[in-house]
Amino acid sequence: MKTRWVRFSIPLAVVPVLLLLAYGFWTNPREIPSPLIGKPAAKFTLTSFAGDPVSLERYRGRVVMLNFWASWCRPACYEEAPVIERTWQAYRDKGVVVLGVDVQDQDEAARKIIEQFQHSFPNSPDPGGHVAVDYGVYGVPETFFIDRQGRVRFKQVGELTDAIARERLETLLAEKP
Amino acid sequence: MTPLLVAAAALVLLAGGPARAASPPAVNEETVHEIASQLRCVVCQSLSVADSPSETASQMRGIIRERLAAGETPAQVRDYFVDKYGPWILLSPPRRGFDLLVWVAPFLVLGIGLVMVALVVRRWRRAPSRVSPPALDSAVRERIRREMEELDR
Repeated sequence: MKTRWVRFSIPLAVVPVLLLLAYGFWTNPREIPSPLIGKPAAKFTLTSFAGDPVSLERYRGRVVMLNFWASWCRPACYEEAPVIERTWQAYRDKGVVVLGVDVQDQDEAARKIIEQFQHSFPNSPDPGGHVAVDYGVYGVPETFFIDRQGRVRFKQVGELTDAIARERLETLLAEKP
Repeated sequence: MTPLLVAAAALVLLAGGPARAASPPAVNEETVHEIASQLRCVVCQSLSVADSPSETASQMRGIIRERLAAGETPAQVRDYFVDKYGPWILLSPPRRGFDLLVWVAPFLVLGIGLVMVALVVRRWRRAPSRVSPPALDSAVRERIRREMEELDR
């Protein structure tokens, strides 16, 4: 009786702990789920560094790549900066809009980055962090892919690569308008 | 003329009434702090939005303040952050669904532990307090006696 009790109680106590450990080891800590996937993208109107109004509503019907960045975000934002401009140049005639949102930054430092990487797509500061919180941004860089219906479809946490940008945009462009 | 003036004054007052009502209500900083203390700072380790000195937390406190000023209830403000970040943003998981396990499990484990301790104690009590020495056969007894005698010499 006693032997059986001991024989079962030890695995009973150990198995849940092992399962929890295994779950922890197999989970990708960089993969942060967003509750916004599949939901309508939050509308916003910002004023770009060039002084123009930038409204998401204006781009309804087009695929939008929305990139959150900052000049203090090193090295990820600097490494992906050329990727963003390359993507914009490659897809601007295919119905894709690239928008940059600069968070918690200083105006001069942000403008320097735009100039350094010759960003030609609209880039806007986000005073008060309203747009960043509306998109559930944890840190920069983060990039959201919004489909033609205005729904958030993908979220990239961390540096964006050419391959990821291409794969996401091609998927959304292949969908029926 | 006088009745006309009175009517005009009344109209101005009536027009001013709703305008006053529409002006943002004063925000209680304690309410802001209470909501902020329930939210996880997204760029920190184990700090609430109320306690974090980060700019992100400061902006979030600003948003809480603005939403309360716009007439939202504390629950609505909390729900807004949950909508954007998921239940992860709450420092205390909601007491429903799978998250309920976090609240129930410690008490459950404690209960199981107490039951196990009680069972073990009961077993100990039931067991004989003294262990009787094993019976010795006569040959062994004789050998011990002889060896003791040799030692005494």
